[in-house]
Amino acid sequence: MLRFVLRRLVQVVPTLLLLSLLVFAWLRSLPGGPASAFLGDRATPERIAELNRVLGLDQPIFVQYGRFLGRVLTGDFGASTITGQPVLAEIGRALPATVELSVLALVIAVALGIPLGYLAAQHRGGPVDIATVIGTLIGVAVPVFFLGYLLKAFFAVELGWFPPSGRLSIDVDATNVTGFVVLDGLLTREFDASLDALSHLVLPAVALATIPLAVIVRITRASVLDVLGSDFVRTANSKGLAPGTVRSRHVLRNALLPVSTTIGLQVGLLLAGAVLTEKVFVWGGIGTLLADAITLKDYPRLQALLLLGALVYVLVNLLVDLSYAIIDPRVRL
Amino acid sequence: MSALVAAAALAVTLAACATSEREDGAGEGGAGGSGGTLVFGAPGAPDNFDPLFAQDGETFRPARQMFDTLVTYKQGTSDLEGGLATEWTPNADFTEWTFTLREGVKFHDGTDFNAEAVCFNFNRWVNLPNAAAQTQAIYYSDTFEGFTSNQASATGTPVYNSCTAPDPATAVVKLNKAKGAFPAAFGLTSLSMSSPAALQQYDADKVEQSGEAFTYGAYATDHPTGTGPFKFESFDRTSNVITLARNDDYWGEKAKVEKLIFKVIPDENARKQELQAGTIDGYDLPSPADWESLESEGFQVLVRPVFNILYLGINQKNNPALQDLRVRQAIAYATDRESLVRTQLPEGAVVATQFLPETVDGYAADLQPIPYDPEKAKQLLAEAGQSNLTVNFYYPTEVSRPYMPNPTNIFTALAENLRQAGITVNPVPQPWAGGYLDSVTANGTHDLHLLGWTGDYNDAGNFVGTFFGRNKPEFGLTDPAIFSEIATADSTVDPAGHTAAYEQVNRDLMTKYLPAVPVSSSPPALVVREGVSGLIPSPLTDERFYTVSKG
Amino acid sequence: MSTTWATRRKTRIDDLSAGRSLTSEAFRRLRRDPVALTGATIVGVFVVIAALAPLIAPHGAAEAFPALQENLRPGSIPGPQDGFPLGGDQLGRDFYSRMLLASQQTLLVGVLATVIGLIVGIVIGTLAGAFGGWVDTVLMRVTDVLLAVPSLLLAISVAALAASPSQTTVIIAVAVVGVPIFARLLRGSMLSQRDSDHVIAATALGVKRPAVVLRHMLPNAIGPVIVQATLTLATAILDAAALSFLGLGDADPGRAEWGLMLAQAQSYLDVRPALAFYPAIAIIVVALGFTLLGESLREALDPKGSR
Repeated sequence: MLRFVLRRLVQVVPTLLLLSLLVFAWLRSLPGGPASAFLGDRATPERIAELNRVLGLDQPIFVQYGRFLGRVLTGDFGASTITGQPVLAEIGRALPATVELSVLALVIAVALGIPLGYLAAQHRGGPVDIATVIGTLIGVAVPVFFLGYLLKAFFAVELGWFPPSGRLSIDVDATNVTGFVVLDGLLTREFDASLDALSHLVLPAVALATIPLAVIVRITRASVLDVLGSDFVRTANSKGLAPGTVRSRHVLRNALLPVSTTIGLQVGLLLAGAVLTEKVFVWGGIGTLLADAITLKDYPRLQALLLLGALVYVLVNLLVDLSYAIIDPRVRL
Repeated sequence: MSALVAAAALAVTLAACATSEREDGAGEGGAGGSGGTLVFGAPGAPDNFDPLFAQDGETFRPARQMFDTLVTYKQGTSDLEGGLATEWTPNADFTEWTFTLREGVKFHDGTDFNAEAVCFNFNRWVNLPNAAAQTQAIYYSDTFEGFTSNQASATGTPVYNSCTAPDPATAVVKLNKAKGAFPAAFGLTSLSMSSPAALQQYDADKVEQSGEAFTYGAYATDHPTGTGPFKFESFDRTSNVITLARNDDYWGEKAKVEKLIFKVIPDENARKQELQAGTIDGYDLPSPADWESLESEGFQVLVRPVFNILYLGINQKNNPALQDLRVRQAIAYATDRESLVRTQLPEGAVVATQFLPETVDGYAADLQPIPYDPEKAKQLLAEAGQSNLTVNFYYPTEVSRPYMPNPTNIFTALAENLRQAGITVNPVPQPWAGGYLDSVTANGTHDLHLLGWTGDYNDAGNFVGTFFGRNKPEFGLTDPAIFSEIATADSTVDPAGHTAAYEQVNRDLMTKYLPAVPVSSSPPALVVREGVSGLIPSPLTDERFYTVSKG
Repeated sequence: MSTTWATRRKTRIDDLSAGRSLTSEAFRRLRRDPVALTGATIVGVFVVIAALAPLIAPHGAAEAFPALQENLRPGSIPGPQDGFPLGGDQLGRDFYSRMLLASQQTLLVGVLATVIGLIVGIVIGTLAGAFGGWVDTVLMRVTDVLLAVPSLLLAISVAALAASPSQTTVIIAVAVVGVPIFARLLRGSMLSQRDSDHVIAATALGVKRPAVVLRHMLPNAIGPVIVQATLTLATAILDAAALSFLGLGDADPGRAEWGLMLAQAQSYLDVRPALAFYPAIAIIVVALGFTLLGESLREALDPKGSR
C-alpha cells in the first residue's frame, strides 16, 4: 500500500508541473499584470516597462518559470501582485472565512433539504411534493448575485435584522485565535463576537445554500422513493412493524447513503464556488481571491491557489482510493 | 408565528435604538461634537501607508490624515496655503526655496519636527537606494525627475540639489533648475514629512522585489509616523479595516472624532447598502445614479469641484485613416457629448472644450466645444475618403474613475454615435488593471479608447504635458512641433507668460492637432449620513477628516 | 452458433421493445405530470417569443430615442410612455424591445453553449466509452479534474483566457462547463452497453466498430443526454448572467441579452428597479422552465421511478 501511495504521489508531480507551466504561459501571454495594476491612471509605457524589468517580467518565460519553481521549492510562493501580501498569508486569512460560510450554508441545506426531500417523497405527486420541487428549483433559477442583493435590501436595509456585508461589526472587538470568527468568540468567551459573526453569516449562507438545498432535496426524494419501493421495506411493512420504526430504522437509514455522498461532493464545490456570494457580501474568501487573481492576472496568487487546490484534490482522491481498499478487500492497490 | 412576532419586536427595538442613538448624537453635536468614531467606506485598500510610495487615491486617503506637507491646499480648493511651513519664498530664478517652518510641531513618535527633519526627508527621497524603491516613488520621480544614483528608468539629473538648515525653523532647498510645478508640487501628499527617527528605525527605504510583487519595510506597513491630525493604529487585513486614532498633540485644529475608520468595501451596491443599513457613516464615490435617491433618503451628497478631464483617445499608429485630421474631426463632430454629459454624468458635469478643466490656469476661455453634427462628420469622412471606416474601440471594465463613473455606458453612447455617422465600431472591453491599461498606454493596440486624468495640482502642464508632451503609444502623436510648444510653455516660469503659453497650446491642440476628443469634466462626490458635518469636498479628492464631526 | 445468434437476436428485440414501451410509458406519465407540463409550457412560450422577437419588437436593441433621452438623467430613467410600453433604459433605448430581443440572444447563448458542450462531451465520452483502455483513463482523468472545479470558476477561467470578452468567449466558457458532465454521462452509458447483448451481437455479426458505436451504442445512450442537455440549458443561461455580472459578458452594445441587462442594471436598482427585475424574472422563469422539464424528464425516463 505504501508503494501505491508513493507511486501515486510521484505520478502527480509531472501533472502539477505541466499544469502550472500552462497557467504560467497562458497568463504571461495576456496583456495586464502587476505593473499596470499598480500604476493605474499614472501608467506610462516607460513606467510599465521599468516595473516589468525590475520584477523580471521582461525575461524569457522559461527563465521566469525556473525562478518561480526555485522559490516554490523553498516554500516561498511570493507576494500577491494586487495587495503585495504574501500569498500564503492571504490564503490563510481567506480560508477560515470560506470554511465558515460553506459550513453554515451546508448546515442550512442539509437541515432543510433532508426533511423536505423526505416529505416530498412521502407525498409523491401531491401538492407538498410539487411545491417542494418547484420551490427549491426557483432558488436555483435566481441568479445568486441578484438573490444576494434582494436579501440584503430586505433583511439588512429594510428590516435591519442582519448586517448587510462583511464578517464582523466595526465596534466588536474580537480576538483573533484561529481565524474562524465564530469559533474564536467561543474560545475567548467573547460571546458577543460569536453572535455578531453569526448574524453576519446568515444572509450569505442562505444565498449560498440555495443550490445545495435543491440538490439535497432531489437526491433525498429520489433515494427515499427508491427505498420505499424496495423489497425489505415491503417486508418490514408486511411484518407489521410500526410505520415510525420502518421509517427511522429502514427507510431513512438506507436512503441517506446516497445523500451523504452528495453532501460530500457539495463541500468541494462550496469551498471554491462562492465567487458571486462572496463578491456581493464582501466576504473575502477563497472564491474572491481566485476570481480576482484570474481577472487581474495575479500570477503568484493564482499559482499558489492552483497548486494547493490540486494538492487537496489529489489527496482527497488518494484517501478515497485507500478507503475503498480498506472497506473492500477485493480492491488491491 | 411566535418567531415572526419576536422578529418584529426585535426590529422595533432596533429601530428604537437607532432613533435614540441619533438623538444622542445630535445633542453631542450641539455641545461641540467631539468624540466618537467615524466609519467611512472606501472602494479599495491602500497599497501601503508611506505616502512616498503612494500613487492612487485609496493609498492617499489614509496618508493625508496622518501626514502634513510643507505647503498644502486650502480645504475645498486647489489654492496653496501654509502647512508645516508658514512661508515659502523662491530666489530670483526660482532655483532656491526658503521655507520658514512652524515651530513646536512634533511627530507622532514624540520627536521634533524641524529644518533638520525637512532636509532628512528631501535627502531620503533623492537617495532612494535601489530600483525597486525608485519605481515606487512615482510622484517624486515625476516632480524631481531623477535620483542621486538612478537605478531605474529615471535618467535625468535630479531637480533637487541640496538642503540646508541654517536654523531649526528655516530650511533652504536648492534646485538644479527652475520648474513650473513648484511651489504647488510641494503640497503633494507624496512629499509629506516623515519622522526621521521612525524612518530609520523601521527600514522605510527597504522596498524589495518578492517574486512578481514588491514588499515594503515595516515603516510603510505598520509604522507610518507623520505630524498629522490622526495617528496610525492598525490595518486589519482580514476584515480590511484601517483604524486611525486622534493625535491629541496635533499642532493645528485637533480632530473632532476620536477614531477614524476606513472600511474597504469594493462593491458599489454593498457600500450603498452598508450606508443605508447604518453600519458606515459615509463612503467615497457614490454612483451618480444614486445621488438623487440617497439625498431623498436623507443622506448628504457632497459634490467635489470639477478638476478632471475625460477624453476619447485616438491612436494614429495602427490605423492610417486616423492620421488624417479630417477623420479625427469627424469623430469629434459625430459624438453627441452634450447628451452624454446630460444623461450619463452627474449634475455639475460639463462638456469639455479642451484638455483642461476650467479652473486651471492656462484654460483658453475663447474655445467653443466642437458641436454635435453627424452630417458634418459624414461629409468630413467622405472628403477624407474614409466613408467605410472601421475602428477598434477599447474601453475598460471593472472600474469606476472620478472622471468616468460608468465606462460601459459612456462607451455605449459614444459607439452608437459613431455608428450613426457610418463608422463601424469593433468593441474591445478589457479589465482596467487586467489588460486595459497595458493595451492602451504601453502597447497601443487600440484605435480609440477612453481615459482621463484628475489633476494633482493647479498646473496646465500636469494635464496637457502628461497627455501630449511627447510621443506615446497611447496617441501615436509624432509631430515634434507640439512637443516643443508644450516644453516651452512648461519652462516659462513667470506666471502670466506660463498661462498665456498654455492657452495657446490648448488652442493649437484643438484646432491644429486634435489628437483626441475632450469629452467632459465631471464632479465626483462623497456621501455622508445626516448629522455628519465638516467634511469639505476637495477638487483634488484631498479631503481632510479632522474637521469632521459626527452629530 | 446459429442458436446463440438467434437467442441473442431475440434478446435484443426484447430489449428494444422494452425500451420502446418504457419511452411511451414515460411520455404517458409526463403528459399527466403538472411539473413537466409547467416546464414544457414555459419553454414553449420562450422559444416562440425568441423566434418571433425581431418581428414583434417595435425597435432595435441599440437605437436610442430623443423622447427617452430628453428626461434621462443618471438618477432618473423615464418610465412607460406613448410608444414605449416599458419605458426607456439607462441609455434611452426602448426597454420593451430590448426585453423581447434579449430572449433571442439568451436562447442563442444557452443553446449554442449547450450544443457545443454536448458535441465535445459526446466525442470525448464516446471515445472513452467505446475504446476503454488508456484512452479512457486519460480522458476521464481530465474530465474528473474539470468536474472537481466549480462550474462558475471554470467559466471565469475560460472567459479570462481571451484578452477581451465577447459573445463568443461567453458561449465557449459556458460550453466548457458542460463538457465533462456530458462526457461522463456518455461514457458511463457506453461502458454499460459495451458488454450488453445487442452490442456483442452486432460485433459478432461483423459490424465495424465505428458503426457499432454510432448506430447501436449512441442511440441507446441519448435519453439521459437529452435530459442533461435540458438541465444544462438552464445553468448555461445562469452562468452567462454571472459572467456578465463579473464583467466578462458580451461586449457588443448592439445586442441585448437578459444576463447582461441584469448585470448592467445593478447600478440602477434604486433608480429604476424594473431594469433589473424584468430581466431577472425572465431569467428565473426560463431557467425554471428548463429545469422543471429536465427534472421531470429524468424522473420519467428512470425505470426505477416507475415502481
